[in-house]
Amino acid sequence: MTVSQAAPEDLRAEALAALSGATDEAALEQWRAEWLGRQDGRVTLLLRAVREQPADQRAAFGQAANAVKQALEAALGERQDALKQAALKTLSTTAALDVTLPGRPQTIGRLHPVTQTMRDCVKAFQEMGFRVAEGPEVEWSAYNFDAMRIPDDHPARDMWDTIWVDTLLNGERKMLLRTHTSPNQARVMERTPEPPVRVIVPGKCYRQEATDATHEWMLTQIEGLAVDEGVRMSDLKGVLYEFARKMFGQDRKVIFHHSYFPFVEPGVEMAMDCFICRGSGADCRTCHGTGWIEILGAGMVHPEIIENAGYDSARVTGFAFGLGVERVALLRWGIEDIRHFYANDLRFLGQF
Amino acid sequence: MKLLLSWLREYVDVDLPVPELARRLIDATAEVESWETIGADWDPERIRVAQVVAIEPHPNADRLRLATVETGAGRQQVVCGAPNVAVGQKVAFATEGALLVDGHTGEKAKLKLRPIRGVESAGMVLSEKELGLSDSHEGILVLPDDAVIGRPLVEQLGDVLFDISTWANRADLLGVLGLAREVSALVSRPLREPATSYSEGGPAIDSLASIVIQDPDLCPRFTASVIQGVTIGPSPAWMQERLLRHGMRPINNVVDITNYVMIETGQPLHAFDYDLVRGKTLIARRATPGEKLVTLDGVEREFDGQMVLVCDGEGAVSVAGVMGGGNSEVSERTTNVLLEVATWVPGNIRRTSMYLKLRSEASLRFEKGLGPEMVEFAHRRALHLFEQLTGGTISKGMIDVYPGKQPPRTIILPAARIEQVLGFAIATDDVRRIFTDLGFLCHHLPPDRYSVQPPYWRPDVLIADDLIEDLARIHGYDKLPATKLRGSLPEPEPRPVEDLRERVRDLAVGLGFQEIITYSLTEKQKLERVVAPEDVRRRAPLSVVNPVAARHTYLRTSLRAGLLETYAANRRQHDGPLRLFEVGQEFLPVEADLPHERKVFCGLVGGTRETRWAKAGEDRIDFFDAKGAAEAVLGALGIPGAFKAAVEYGLLEGHTARISAGKEAVGLVAQVHPETASAFDIDEPVFMVELWLEDLVRVLPERPAYLAPSRFPEMRHDLALLIDTATPASRLIDIVRSHRSGAVRVTADIFDEYRGKGVPEGKKSLAVAVRYQAEDRTLTDEDVARIETGLLKRLEKELGAVRR
Repeated sequence: MTVSQAAPEDLRAEALAALSGATDEAALEQWRAEWLGRQDGRVTLLLRAVREQPADQRAAFGQAANAVKQALEAALGERQDALKQAALKTLSTTAALDVTLPGRPQTIGRLHPVTQTMRDCVKAFQEMGFRVAEGPEVEWSAYNFDAMRIPDDHPARDMWDTIWVDTLLNGERKMLLRTHTSPNQARVMERTPEPPVRVIVPGKCYRQEATDATHEWMLTQIEGLAVDEGVRMSDLKGVLYEFARKMFGQDRKVIFHHSYFPFVEPGVEMAMDCFICRGSGADCRTCHGTGWIEILGAGMVHPEIIENAGYDSARVTGFAFGLGVERVALLRWGIEDIRHFYANDLRFLGQF
Repeated sequence: MKLLLSWLREYVDVDLPVPELARRLIDATAEVESWETIGADWDPERIRVAQVVAIEPHPNADRLRLATVETGAGRQQVVCGAPNVAVGQKVAFATEGALLVDGHTGEKAKLKLRPIRGVESAGMVLSEKELGLSDSHEGILVLPDDAVIGRPLVEQLGDVLFDISTWANRADLLGVLGLAREVSALVSRPLREPATSYSEGGPAIDSLASIVIQDPDLCPRFTASVIQGVTIGPSPAWMQERLLRHGMRPINNVVDITNYVMIETGQPLHAFDYDLVRGKTLIARRATPGEKLVTLDGVEREFDGQMVLVCDGEGAVSVAGVMGGGNSEVSERTTNVLLEVATWVPGNIRRTSMYLKLRSEASLRFEKGLGPEMVEFAHRRALHLFEQLTGGTISKGMIDVYPGKQPPRTIILPAARIEQVLGFAIATDDVRRIFTDLGFLCHHLPPDRYSVQPPYWRPDVLIADDLIEDLARIHGYDKLPATKLRGSLPEPEPRPVEDLRERVRDLAVGLGFQEIITYSLTEKQKLERVVAPEDVRRRAPLSVVNPVAARHTYLRTSLRAGLLETYAANRRQHDGPLRLFEVGQEFLPVEADLPHERKVFCGLVGGTRETRWAKAGEDRIDFFDAKGAAEAVLGALGIPGAFKAAVEYGLLEGHTARISAGKEAVGLVAQVHPETASAFDIDEPVFMVELWLEDLVRVLPERPAYLAPSRFPEMRHDLALLIDTATPASRLIDIVRSHRSGAVRVTADIFDEYRGKGVPEGKKSLAVAVRYQAEDRTLTDEDVARIETGLLKRLEKELGAVRR
C-alpha cells in the first residue's frame, strides 16, 4: 500500500493550525474526528503506517508519530479547557443575573403568634417536668368559682366579669365561659388520686369586658400547678424565674409582690425587670418607666383546695400560677394593641 | 381608695420618699395605681402664707379693695377683687414671677404685676383656681388660723394624693387608719390612733331609743346612740377638704362626720334625723317581698325577701349597709341625730347592691367583710367629732345588740409550717415583731410554735397560712429564694387528640396555610349559612346571656363561618392566593351537660396561584389544591384516605368529596357553594378542607407502615385506558393496587385525564403509570407483559376499560 505520507512533523503543524481555527465545541469535535478519529483520523493512519516503514526507520517513525499524537491530544485538551472556561466566564459576566429580582414564591404558612407564644411557654414549663392537660372552655360555675373558693356574692367575683351560658338547669344558671384556667386545678387534682401533680393547663378564657389596646374579651391563659410533699413558695419563684429567663433572656430578674386570689395563700403577683429599657427608661413604652413588668399572678394553693382534692394539707403543699399568653406575646414582639390578635389581618399575622 | 399623705402622717410618722412609699405598699399591701402631687408647681419662694391686716376701699373702683398683708418679710399692699377677703384671714400670697393658673384662661402663666385702676399691687392674694386646687374662683382661699405667716404654701398645703386599689379581702384598707397600720408595720414606726373621747351629757340612751335585730343571721351587730341639740351647718374647712380629696361631696357637719369617719376607719355609719324615726326604735329585718323605699338618691327601690332593711316603728328607713332612706334624712331642720353603726353579712350586702344596681361607698366596704369589732371604735370616733363639731350632747351609754359576738380567734402557727410553705425560715424575733407591728397578739410557745390572735380589723385571717402570708409580705418577698422543684414527676396523661391537633397545625403551616384564631362566639345567622337545617344539634347553638356584642352571642357549632369571614376580610387587602386554617372547637350542645367541644381542622384556599411578579397570575387555585393539601396531611400522618363524591350543605355538589379512612369518615374537601361564599362577601371560587380530629385520631397509626427499599429495580409501564366518564378514577386505581401476581406488587398513579377529540362520547381517557416490583428478583419484560395482560383483562371485565 502506497499512501503518500507527509512527514509527522508536517502533519503536526497542519493539525495545530486547523485546531486554532476551531472556536466551539462542534468544531473541536470535527477536528478530533479528522485528526484523532479511531477509524480514519489522519494521525491514526499515520500510526498505522508505522509497520509499512522500512525496518530500520520503523522505530524512529513510530516515535515521531506517537509524539505528534500526544501533542495533538494535549492541544485538544487545552483547547477544550479554554472553551469551558470561556463559557463559565460568560455565565458570570454577560449571562449574570440581576440577583435583586424577586425569587419565585414558595408558599410557607405561619402559626398564629398566640400559638407560637403558647408553644414556647408550654415548652419552657415542660422542660421543668410539667405535664400538659386541657379542660373545657364552657365550664360549670361550680368549678370556675366555687371550687376556687369564690362563692356567690363574693366580692372577688368582680375580678372576673363572667359571660354566662343561657341554659337553666333546675332553674339555675350553672354554665359559663370559663373566666380563667384555674378550675383545672380542681379538675386535675380530682383525677389524680395521689400527688405528685405537676401540670400546666393552657386554653382560652373569656371575660365580659370592654376591649381596648390592653384588654380583649377572649384570651389565652396557661395555668400552672405543682402539688406534692415539699413544694414551697421558693420553688414557685424558681420555676417562674426560669420561665422568665427562657422567654425573655438569661439576665432577667423577677420579684414577687403581695396580691390576692381566693384560691391561693399566700398570693403574689410576679414582675420581671424590663427587658427593653432594663429599668433605665423614664419614657419606656413597655414598663412605663417603672422598670418592672407585671407578668402573672401566683401563690400557694389554699389548704382548703388541697383538702378538697382528698390530699392531707398538713403534708402536701402546692403552688399555682396563671399566665396570660397574649400578654407575653405583646411584650416579646412589642405589639401595641392586643386586638390585633383576633382581627386575623394577614398584614399582622404574616409578620410572625 | 384615695389616700392623702398628710392624713396618713397624722397616724404614723413616715418620711420615705413618695415613690419608695408607693413601692413598699405595692410589695406588701395594695396596688398603688398612681399618685398626684398637690402643689408641685407652687414656688416656695414666691407663694407663701400671709395675713390680711388691713382693708381699704380702692380709690378708683367700687368692686376692688386694697388689702394690706403681712408677709413675714414686711407689709405689702395689693389690689383685691375677692368679695370674701377680711382682716385677720390667713391667705396664700404670690409675688411677681410665681407660676399660677390664670383665673380667666385656665392656662398656667407667670404672674406679672401691673397697676390696677391706677394703683400699684405688690402681689396677689390667691383663689383655689389660681393654685390649681379647684375651679373655684369665687373668692380667695382662706387658710386655717394656725397657718404660719411667711411659710412657703407648699409646706402648708402641699400634699400627695395616692390612688390605691386594695384587694378584695381587705375591707380594713378602705380606711386611712387601716393603711396607716400597714405603713406603721412596714416602716416600724408606732401608730397614733385618732381621739375617741367624749362626754356623755345627755339622757340614758335606753330612754331615747331601742334596737331590735329580727334577723341575727344577717346582722351580727347593731349599735346606736343619740346626739341631741346639734346645730346643722357646714363642717370645718379641713374636713371638707379631705372629703373632697376622697371624692365625697361635703353636705353638712352631721353627714360629713359619718363620711369622714368611714374614710378614716373603713367602717360605714349612718345618721338618722331622730325626730323622723317613728316609735324611736330601729329594727333590722328581712324585707317583705315587694316592700319599697325611696333612698337618699331620690330613687324608689323595691326589695325582695332576702334583702335587709333597717325599719322604724312603722316601716323601712334604710337599706341596710347600702343607702339610707329619704324619709329619715338629716336636713337643715335636724336638731337630734340617731347614729347607727352596724355590721352586716358581706355576701348579703353584695347581693342586695348588685340586685338593686346600687353600689355605695358603704356597700363596697360591707361586702368585703368588716369585723364587727370595728363598730365600736368608729362609733366612739364619730361621737368625739359630734361633740367637737356639732355642739350636740351625747346620750349616756350606747345601745349594742351583738348577736354575732365571737370569742377572739387564736391560731396556732407551727414554726415549721413557715418553712414548709415559704421555703425559708423567719427568725422568732422577726415573727414576733411583724405580728406585733400589725396589731396581732403573738406568743411564742417554745420550742416551735406561735399562738397568734389577729386584731379585730383583720377578719380575713383565719388559718395558719394566712398568718404566713402576713409574715412573708411584711418580711419582704425579696428575701424569698428561688429554688428548684424537687420530688418525682407525675405519670403523663396521654393526649392523642391534642397531639394530633399540633401535628396537623404544623403540617398545614408546611403546606403554606396561615393559621388564624377566630372568636368562639358568633351569630346564629352566620352558622345557619354553613350548617344544614337537618343538623339539629348544630342548628341549636348555645347562647350566652351577656355577650360583649350582639355578633358574639352564639357558641360556634362550625368553624366555617369564622374562616369565611376572615377570608373575605383579607381578600379586600390581598390579591393572589389565600390559604387560611384554624384548629379549634365546635361547641355541640349536650342535654343537661357541658357541650361537646369537638376539635376540628378547617382550611380555606382560593385565588390565583403565586407568580414571581407583583401582580396576580391567571392560574387559579382549584379543588385539587385543596384535595392535595388533604392528601398531604393524611399522607404525612400515615393515614390512607379515600375520597368519595358527596352532597353536603353549603358545599357545591359535584365538587365535594367526603374523606374516609377505614370505617371512619374523617373530613371533607369541597368547593364552598358559590351562594354560601357570596353570603360572606366572597365572589370567587373558594375551597375547603375540613378534618375531624376526634375521628381522625381513631385511624391514626402509631407509626408509619415501614417497607425496606427493594434491592431490585422497579419496572414502569404506562397505559392509556378508556373508561366511562361516570366511573371514578379511584376505582381503577383500587383495582390495580389490589392486583397481585405472585410476589409482584403492582401500584399505579394517574398522570393525565383527557376527554374530547379521539375519545368516544361518554368516555374518558386516563393515562396511568403502572409500576411493578418484585422483592426477590429483577423483573423481565416478559414478566411485566404477562402481569399486564392479566390486569387489563380484569380492568375490562370489572370496569369496561379498554386500551386506547
